[in-house]
Amino acid sequence: MSEQEVFKAVASTIADRIECDEASIKDDSTFRDLGIDSLDTVDLLMDLEDKLGMQIEIDQKIGTIGELVSLIASKG
Amino acid sequence: MNLAGRSAIITGGSRGIGRAIALKLASLGADIALIYQGSREKAEATAGEIMDLGVKAIAYRCDVASFAETKETVSAIRNDFAEIEVLVNNAGITRDGLVAMMDEESWDSVMDTNLKGAFCMIRHTVPLMLRRRSGRIISISSVSGLMGNPGQANYSASKAGIIGLTKACAKELAGRGITCNAIAPGFIRTDMTKDMETADLVKAIPLGRMGTPEDVAEAAAFLALSPYITGETIRVDGGISM
Repeated sequence: MSEQEVFKAVASTIADRIECDEASIKDDSTFRDLGIDSLDTVDLLMDLEDKLGMQIEIDQKIGTIGELVSLIASKG
Repeated sequence: MNLAGRSAIITGGSRGIGRAIALKLASLGADIALIYQGSREKAEATAGEIMDLGVKAIAYRCDVASFAETKETVSAIRNDFAEIEVLVNNAGITRDGLVAMMDEESWDSVMDTNLKGAFCMIRHTVPLMLRRRSGRIISISSVSGLMGNPGQANYSASKAGIIGLTKACAKELAGRGITCNAIAPGFIRTDMTKDMETADLVKAIPLGRMGTPEDVAEAAAFLALSPYITGETIRVDGGISM
């Protein structure tokens, strides 16, 4: 899966969750800026697992949307 | 209030305290995922008894001390059951001996099953509870963890560890509607304690008898149904640790 496809899935999942415009989510947006704390991230990852049909194991801290996208793309 | 339509995972669920908790929660309507490590026959027999109560029950063989195995097992349970509401960390072993003579394996195996096992199960189950903004984690500690018990340095340490784990998780997860509590049983009549019962011991228990697995199950059911108790350790010990 390309980074672009992953980005789209991540952005739409987050936009649904926090009810914002998908276009406002950028590569360098931080989870903190979006009002997503680290426990929410666990929850978000589970939504993404369902959406992408893959297991996402994250054992490191992720700060930005771009970091998450690269991590998922590198595994998929 | 009951647990109809909800699911509970119980480790060490095929016999003793775990079995009694499984039956009690099932009697309240919960579907039951039993985790066992020993006898498949016993686990299947318990699952059969649970199904006789009109709920779903499946037994899964798993070493709770294994991060990878617990991950796989929770994933299987997630596929087989509706949303997980309750996790009961009950699996436990003893390897008693004086600390001055205790070998490394006795320490490690007890810590691995009793404490790391609870961590592994919480680690893999909490994401499912976070998603639902609801959950009840109940871990079986022991009065040995509260008071210390000679000959049980490993067991007492693991059971005290359960209380710290419970409190940390309670604080971490409270904002998401997940409660974490512990139960500290005293001397409960099970296979684990069958050689310990003596007249002197019973005399030391204010309520004058050994406890039964069902006594502990009552407390587990109470916690499973209590939305406003978290970080607590309930002693079910006939008063012995007063």
